[in-house]
Amino acid sequence: MKKNIFIFTFFLVSAGILQAQEAGMVHVKEGSFVPLYGASSKRPVFVPSFYLDIYPVTNSDFLKFVKKNPEYSKSRIKRIFAEKSYLSYWKSDYDLGTAHPKSPVTSVSWFAAKKYCECQGKRLATMDEWEYAAMADEKRTDARTKKEFNEYILSWYEKSKTYENPIGQTFKNYWGIYDMHGLIWEWTADFNSIFLSGESRKDKSTDKNLFCGSASVNATDLMDYAAFMRYAFRGSLKAQYSTRNLGFRCASSTKPKI
Amino acid sequence: MNKKNIIPTKMLFFIAVLFMTLFLASCKKDEAVNYTDITTDGEMNAELTAPPFVPKPVGDRKAMKLKLNMEIKEQEGTMTDGVKYTYWTFGGSVPGSFIRTRVGDEVEFHLKNHPDNKLPHNIDLHAVTGPGGGATSSLVAPGHEKVFSFKVINPGLYVYHCATAPVGMHIANGMYGLILVEPEGGLPPVDKEYYVMQGDFYTQGEYGAKGLQPFDMNKAVKETPDYVVFNGKVGSLTNGNELTAKVGETVRLFVGNGGPNLVSSFHVIGEIFDNVHVEGGSTINKNVQTTLIPAGGAAIVDFKVETPGTFILVDHSIFRAFNKGALGMLKVEGNENKNIYSGTIQEGIYLPEGGTIQKMPGNSTAKATVPKRTLNEKIKIGKEIFGTTCFACHQSEGQGIPSTFPPLAKSDYLNADSKRAIKTILHGLTGEITVNGKKYNNVMPAQNLSDDEIANVLTYIYSSWGNNKTEITPEMVKALR
Repeated sequence: MKKNIFIFTFFLVSAGILQAQEAGMVHVKEGSFVPLYGASSKRPVFVPSFYLDIYPVTNSDFLKFVKKNPEYSKSRIKRIFAEKSYLSYWKSDYDLGTAHPKSPVTSVSWFAAKKYCECQGKRLATMDEWEYAAMADEKRTDARTKKEFNEYILSWYEKSKTYENPIGQTFKNYWGIYDMHGLIWEWTADFNSIFLSGESRKDKSTDKNLFCGSASVNATDLMDYAAFMRYAFRGSLKAQYSTRNLGFRCASSTKPKI
Repeated sequence: MNKKNIIPTKMLFFIAVLFMTLFLASCKKDEAVNYTDITTDGEMNAELTAPPFVPKPVGDRKAMKLKLNMEIKEQEGTMTDGVKYTYWTFGGSVPGSFIRTRVGDEVEFHLKNHPDNKLPHNIDLHAVTGPGGGATSSLVAPGHEKVFSFKVINPGLYVYHCATAPVGMHIANGMYGLILVEPEGGLPPVDKEYYVMQGDFYTQGEYGAKGLQPFDMNKAVKETPDYVVFNGKVGSLTNGNELTAKVGETVRLFVGNGGPNLVSSFHVIGEIFDNVHVEGGSTINKNVQTTLIPAGGAAIVDFKVETPGTFILVDHSIFRAFNKGALGMLKVEGNENKNIYSGTIQEGIYLPEGGTIQKMPGNSTAKATVPKRTLNEKIKIGKEIFGTTCFACHQSEGQGIPSTFPPLAKSDYLNADSKRAIKTILHGLTGEITVNGKKYNNVMPAQNLSDDEIANVLTYIYSSWGNNKTEITPEMVKALR
């Protein structure tokens, strides 16, 4: 009987996983980690289990969304929700032009990304969720101390125009997620919750977090250059910004419906 | 009552002293001009130049409002032949564009981050008085522009650099340059002005390792650079890119050091700096051989060139110059001035014991003939000679030093003509030659080796590193001596 229950549970769980995968998401188990920034007193942050898109949102995905929601098209989006460079590389409102349909959509504002996820019944990942899922390599949930892993991430900064690559060509991580590193930057729900004044040495007394010197004063791991860059990048953004290297993917707290 | 009077007297005295001090202090202050109150007159766009050039001098123009547009680009460039590096640049060059202002100018700075860039950047100008030297106001995301303005109130030569986290990495990738604040009336006019800036680079491969080399943060933290160069790459000031001047001209160099780590001992071989603005400030030192330029610092040096020739710019921490790339050239053309430099007047032989060959008694059988050697023996002896005589320039695997010393490995120049190779060792070689498609213009002195030694070392070289295995005999050498 006990065994039966176990099998039954197993069946349910695997069915759940299957279902999630069909919706293009995988389950990321709960856990805790110490992020580079944002953890007060450097104590671990607890991340409850969640679901995350396997791939970043592509041009063709986003085109479908824009067709359904014309107020998010290039020409019609309100300036307070996205600046001029919004989808600037698309030929027109509903024409990708030379952009690859399977490449990640970039040059989208935070408002548009948020709306897209809401329309899918999802949401943007929190910064902690994103960082938690992104610290996994192929085999481990936390590969941050592995030299090659950091070098891989850093080497991306030196490759140009990776945003033109199709999704799914980087490595598949422990959770089954692709392209967390090596393709594009990604929006998170609370991208600006940590303030980088831009002067990474200072940010000590006032903003407590990410300025130049205080960047190092408050960081948990000074050698984690890869993470430094992500936090610095997020710190330079505003929600209406859109840049050519910045896309997004969606998350969900509950099991996604197909 | 009496007691009460005493105190005010004391106080009066004290107050008098206080006033005297203040008065003296204010007198002293008057000598240093306060530039904060200078009003600007008119507006213009600032001229920016890529190294080694500088914008035209300010002359006696009034303080103005300067509009300045600078674009940040992350781009692939060449570190040395066959070695690529992804540079982060202010204005598309390393060091970044040269900014020239005069004291009292108001600069409206437009910092633009190219949309294809991956990272946010900012700028900290050491010439700026204000939080972060502008860095706090200028963090700019890719595809965006930030505008801030400042008034330059201290004359001097200043470094600017990116100060976005991780700061060291942004600087190590080339994000630095110079901003000059000229005094009222400008610096004294000279004939030639150039912009030279040193930087250290950290790559995953060693010096010369081919391909696109990523930044190595471990080496950067340990401060062990693979490259120490002027103007962002090996050979930026050699091989056709030399600085030039004519005899009799005065040359001014604006020299900066971006670091991120090393301090430069800046020296020009064969010249003495007539004037050095120490650390880029107002103190002028005269007749200086080598001036120290701190990381994140600068110096203005000038000197009159009196004789023609090639003068070598180096970091006199000399292995950096000959093994890591910190070497540039200033070519001076014109008539020789024998009063100042004679050139070689006479070549003679120097024998401290007098001209006669002396022998120890009893050792009468002087070795006159060279034993017949097998090929393997020759190669073995030749390798030892190479290790002591040739290797410093041509390097252990005969690879040479790009743009400075030609390679011996797989060398078309070497394999084409063995007689020429022998003559080169016997008599030396000066002037431009082409080896494996690359031009070299340098001097190799004649080597003080015997016929047998030359035969051995050349046989070793010809039998190594993909060369054509020519065997050289002492007789062949003797015939050409």
